[in-house]
Amino acid sequence: MLSGGDILIRCLQEENVDHVFGYPGGTVLHIYDALFKQNRLKHVLVRHEQAATHMADGYARSTGRPGVVLVTSGPGATNAITGIATAYMDSIPMVVISGQVQSHLIGSDSFQETDMVGISRPIVKHSFLVKSAKDIPETIKKAFFIATSGRPGPVVVDIPKDITNPTDLVEYEYPEQLTMRSYSPATKGHTGQIKKAVSMLLEAERPVIYAGGGVILGEASSELIELVQMLGYPVTNTLMGLGGYPGTDPQNLGMLGMHGTYEANMAMHHCDVLLAVGARFDDRVTNTVAKFCPHAEIIHIDIDPASISKNVVVDVPIVGPVKTVLNDMVSILRDKSKKDEARPSEHIAEWLDQIQGWRNVDCLSVTPHENGQTIMPQQVVQAVYKVTGGSSFVTSDVGQHQMFAAQYYPFDEPRKWINSGGLGTMGFGLPAAMGVQTAFPDEVVTCITGEGSIQMNIQELSTCAQYGLPVKIININNGTLGMVKQWQDMQYEGRYSQSYMESLPDFVALVESYGHVGFKVQTLDELEPVLKEAYAIKNKLVFLDILVDPHEHVYPMHIAPNGSMRDMWLKKGVRT
Amino acid sequence: MRRIISVLLENEAGALSRVIGLFAQRSYNIETLTVAPTDDATLSRLTLTTSASDSQVEQITKQLNKLIEVVKLVDLTEGEHVERELMLVKVKATGAQRAEIKRTADIFRGQIVDVTSSAYTIQLAGTSEKLDAFLRALADAIVLEVVRSGVSGMSRGEKILSV
Repeated sequence: MLSGGDILIRCLQEENVDHVFGYPGGTVLHIYDALFKQNRLKHVLVRHEQAATHMADGYARSTGRPGVVLVTSGPGATNAITGIATAYMDSIPMVVISGQVQSHLIGSDSFQETDMVGISRPIVKHSFLVKSAKDIPETIKKAFFIATSGRPGPVVVDIPKDITNPTDLVEYEYPEQLTMRSYSPATKGHTGQIKKAVSMLLEAERPVIYAGGGVILGEASSELIELVQMLGYPVTNTLMGLGGYPGTDPQNLGMLGMHGTYEANMAMHHCDVLLAVGARFDDRVTNTVAKFCPHAEIIHIDIDPASISKNVVVDVPIVGPVKTVLNDMVSILRDKSKKDEARPSEHIAEWLDQIQGWRNVDCLSVTPHENGQTIMPQQVVQAVYKVTGGSSFVTSDVGQHQMFAAQYYPFDEPRKWINSGGLGTMGFGLPAAMGVQTAFPDEVVTCITGEGSIQMNIQELSTCAQYGLPVKIININNGTLGMVKQWQDMQYEGRYSQSYMESLPDFVALVESYGHVGFKVQTLDELEPVLKEAYAIKNKLVFLDILVDPHEHVYPMHIAPNGSMRDMWLKKGVRT
Repeated sequence: MRRIISVLLENEAGALSRVIGLFAQRSYNIETLTVAPTDDATLSRLTLTTSASDSQVEQITKQLNKLIEVVKLVDLTEGEHVERELMLVKVKATGAQRAEIKRTADIFRGQIVDVTSSAYTIQLAGTSEKLDAFLRALADAIVLEVVRSGVSGMSRGEKILSV
């Protein structure tokens, strides 16, 4: 016989949870007491519940295992909402346990009461309000199963305080099996559709493979690499898909979309067969949907049937896990090549030449500042890449620095690039990096951020101090909300409405007050040496406040509204 | 185009709010909605009507199917189907009007289920169009109150929606 609080902790142990990110409060005190009485499960105390969700999210994105969050009712729960929405938009497996007021008080506007199931409903894959202690095991089992299977996502488990009462004991048994008649994600793609897709790919004259975050979530990177290399076709990654196919491989055209490369966007626009793998035709990719890939027949592999033909109507839908579908495609190709039916990639030589021509535009070339010493933001990312040998985990916040990181730090492995792609959550970068560092204490973890984003969760420097998390924070400081300013430059004739930050802290002094190490970098000559020094400090958080040219824009950039993927600004005033 | 979507839903607290929330969240409209437990007490049957294009209704059904508590669903308007709606109408019924209203109700096979010296309550079942037509036919009478159940329906023939 165990109390609800003890049962909950046991269930988390059964699910092999090693870290819980959270913050205590009235309605979860029984649970925190149960947590105190055991050692297997480690708890990370954050400074704000939003950070707990982002930490769990970073943990999940880097490991592939679900992140677990524990917060109290009312403000604890509402503070977690932004992080839950962030995870939902990027399909990240997460289980959020929130305390609720005692069952008999629900609905009476009692202290720290909020309808968490209601508030979180549009941004969760599913949610539960637990009615009795004996329901906890099955609920937790379901929560983890739902969060991690099919298209992953966050699941909220709201637990009223009385249910975890230490004096109310019930029988405990963790269920071995689950039966859910209304939930059965696809396990295999349709064979006929897969065969059709392979034939279409082999017939293609201007093929492109467009791979998204589903490749990473579905652990399908090696299958994708095998397919792409067998075909010899060009591939492009979405912002969420970076690392799903090696960024430095010559077949990779780089990122596509609003700030994608010229060659990736041009290839997309001109292709005749498009294979979309675990990507969702987001508006930041397609530009004007009506003008998207006008010549292409589209094959779309996705675990979520609702993603198919949502934004763009596709010709060959394949619902299933990308990993098994890609595997099936590879075996069909292998059979065909044995029978000599597979055409080698020579037949697309003309297409590859055309792509090479687009590549020669060298759209990501960086022009150093004319004074020779002012640092350009792209140079910061290039230097970080050089100093880390391209092997660091990199998290980012949201804005110009995020795009520069995506463009100038090629990722050769999945799960190394961690950013809020769908929701675009400023304040994500630092706690996400902390979650990664918690999961991989001995790895190099870099957070590329800006002076705007970092201040949205800067209180977590304190958590880093408590747990000794040696994250390297690259603060690309241009003194403005850079992406807002860029749009104001381009569309509002330079009226900088509220995009300046006029009272920035002395970041170095600030981080030092927490016991961390800080450096300020102001000239190009200092950049690489200081980065080397920072990364040589293995056991401490190092914050680099790097002042950069405030006037720089992110290019290429899709021209909107009404533009197609091939319509881009390539430099200030230079368009396609 | 008008659609009738019929859903088998786990009969659990909060399941209905997920369906309604989905429609609000994704800007789909709901014209009528009716929901009650089935002969299997663990399941509710929810029927709603919406107006949507083919591609919209495809998204709606896919998004509904993604809800964990949705067990099965069917777009009844895709095939032959039976649909019924129940209506109660309270009308002012005095003097010569009493006989006239009774006659109109009879023509529509409505029943007067409550009578006072000055009012009738008429019950009528049928397709939504029939109910609309009845209200139009009552044009001369003073309608005091109308309540409609929303549409329920089933596929014709052997086709069934069950677990």
